[in-house]
Amino acid sequence: MSSRDRILGRVRRALADVPPDDTPYEQAVSRDYLRHHGDRRVEETVDLLAENLVDYRAVVHRSDAEGLPGLIAHLLGERGSGTVLVPPGLDESWLTETEVTRVPDRPDSTPHELDRVDSVVTGCAVAVAETGTIVLDGSPDQGRRRITLIPDHHICVVRVPDQVVSSVPQALERLVPTRPLTLVSGPSATSDIELDRVEGVHGPRTLEVVLVSGA
Amino acid sequence: MSATFVGMPGFPSYPAFPEAAHEAVRDETLRGNLRHATHTIRAKRARAVAEVSDWAALREAGRRIKDHTLRHLDRYLVQVEEAVTAAGGTVHWAVDAQEANRIVADLVKATGESEVVKVKSMATQEIGLNEALEAEGIRAYETDLAELIVQLGKDRPSHILVPAIHRNRSEIRDIFRSEMGEWGRPAPEGLSDTPAELAEAARLHLREKFLRAKVGISGANFVVAETGTLVVVESEGNGRMCLTLPETLISVVGIEKVVPTWRDLEVFLQTLPRSSTAERMNPYTSMWTGTTDQDGPSTFHLVLLDNGRTDTLADEVGRQALRCIRCSACLNVCPVYERAGGHAYGSVYPGPIGAILSPQLRGTGSEIDASLPYASSLCGACYEVCPVAIDIPEVLVHLRERVAQGDQVTRGGNKVVLRPAKGHAAERAAMRAARWAFTHPGVLRTGQRLASRTRRLHPRTLPGPGKAWSGTRDLPPVPAEPFRDWWQRTGGGKEGTK
Repeated sequence: MSSRDRILGRVRRALADVPPDDTPYEQAVSRDYLRHHGDRRVEETVDLLAENLVDYRAVVHRSDAEGLPGLIAHLLGERGSGTVLVPPGLDESWLTETEVTRVPDRPDSTPHELDRVDSVVTGCAVAVAETGTIVLDGSPDQGRRRITLIPDHHICVVRVPDQVVSSVPQALERLVPTRPLTLVSGPSATSDIELDRVEGVHGPRTLEVVLVSGA
Repeated sequence: MSATFVGMPGFPSYPAFPEAAHEAVRDETLRGNLRHATHTIRAKRARAVAEVSDWAALREAGRRIKDHTLRHLDRYLVQVEEAVTAAGGTVHWAVDAQEANRIVADLVKATGESEVVKVKSMATQEIGLNEALEAEGIRAYETDLAELIVQLGKDRPSHILVPAIHRNRSEIRDIFRSEMGEWGRPAPEGLSDTPAELAEAARLHLREKFLRAKVGISGANFVVAETGTLVVVESEGNGRMCLTLPETLISVVGIEKVVPTWRDLEVFLQTLPRSSTAERMNPYTSMWTGTTDQDGPSTFHLVLLDNGRTDTLADEVGRQALRCIRCSACLNVCPVYERAGGHAYGSVYPGPIGAILSPQLRGTGSEIDASLPYASSLCGACYEVCPVAIDIPEVLVHLRERVAQGDQVTRGGNKVVLRPAKGHAAERAAMRAARWAFTHPGVLRTGQRLASRTRRLHPRTLPGPGKAWSGTRDLPPVPAEPFRDWWQRTGGGKEGTK
């Protein structure tokens, strides 16, 4: 007998008490919880996103579409970045004002090569106000998962208010589960020393989120 | 039939809980470290939970999702297999620790590699994977900060979320200074004990390992049956490194980690971070379904692990322990855990959840496992904070009956009759554990104080075997102040009652 059959057989014997007409999933699971917490106007939801991002030590900037290229150039300059990773589908206009050397997100780049790049600029799939979370889904404006992991500085552009939802349930509704997904809430952190949170371990230690309107 | 192996290889025999706890309470550094850490997280968790007004409804939804899944686990496991396979992954089934270790070792060898990077995972701790790989000439590098501290210190884990919780910052600095060089890049010169510098030292030490890794090994917090999606919840980014940089990814996952639908994650992604690290959301959550072209590992293996879980499932009272999402909130509020420390539980699963999980996964045959159900004052604080409402006191009492009176149980898929432990070393150990809890006044006192503070949250009916009795009766309210405190404050009532 294969281990598969053995385990499934054990499971079935263990569940001998469960009747064949046991309550089906739809009725067995209660969904009495809220779809989101509190009623807010759209602008208030964006403000809450900003507030929660800052609370977990992300740096938040606001801009309109026109000011975005200048802001990105300023952020890269301020950081002193010499190179920036660029996902294939990033809006070309975003990088028109920076002189920083662009490194395209290529399938054959090695992790060591990516480790020498200073910054990365991406869009995002959705942002969650209640938790201060941005979600990356590997779309062309976000690139492969590793490009937002290895460089120490990540600039993520969120289109507000279109890409902002209030809650985790609302965010999951917008996502395609089978895409490679990364939920990011602030820069890399750890609670492993005396259960106290410290920012900055393996992922980008600086996360800058640009909330851009009218883009 | 061999006993199910649950962790801590190299430490093959354990004293019963009271002996181990007795040692631990005399270690003042350990007690200080634990008190500091658990009290810090307790207050934070309470704040994070209070932020969501529908906590009770989320908790109930989590309980029901897990219960429903467990009641139809065969169907959902087959669905997982189909979905993961369709998405380009390969599914393996492991009856026990030995088989899981064999599968993983063979998969690693097939890549030609002799080292792997690991995401923190309770399942691989439980089966002793690192030691099994070492025996095959494969070196496994733990990359979670706390796991790294434990691995470098040749230590044992003592907490589910923070395995090095028993170490304070200066101990961690000493371990980094003396041991890092043995495993790779040494600690920076003049390393201080500030948490930020320690985190930086770990970053530098592990960086080279991440960048050259060809094989990653993980567990998973959840597996979605309808889509075949795996979820890993983490903070540091070491998880993302291991899940995306290597060419081959092997995930060892207990069969109870399944949830039926994508939508179910909306519950657990709200309750898990708030319960474990007391955050609205943990810094990084990774979700992947099989393999993705030119993004992340090109080969993905999922090893579904039984190792005593189906035996636990066969017990209608005890099976609720399989709802556990490994948040560790129950450890952080437990007055017994706070004093005894995690090592006394003799398992990778310490604290209240360990006291009901280990004796079910491993059986109650050994001294340590027979004593674990007694390692509690039954104060119920664990049940109050559990995000999937596991009635830990109910299961503890159930297992005490098993130890004391004997029972028919399932071991290795077969029904066996356990004789009462009367006169047996196990029973003596068990009774000593009960005595230990009740003769340490601090344990009882903290339990009572917690009960007072949380009394507004208390159910109107009793958990556990008292359910039927209180079904038609209201419980007397817990007083705002425990009797002991009142006595001390008022000098036994001499100074007036209020």
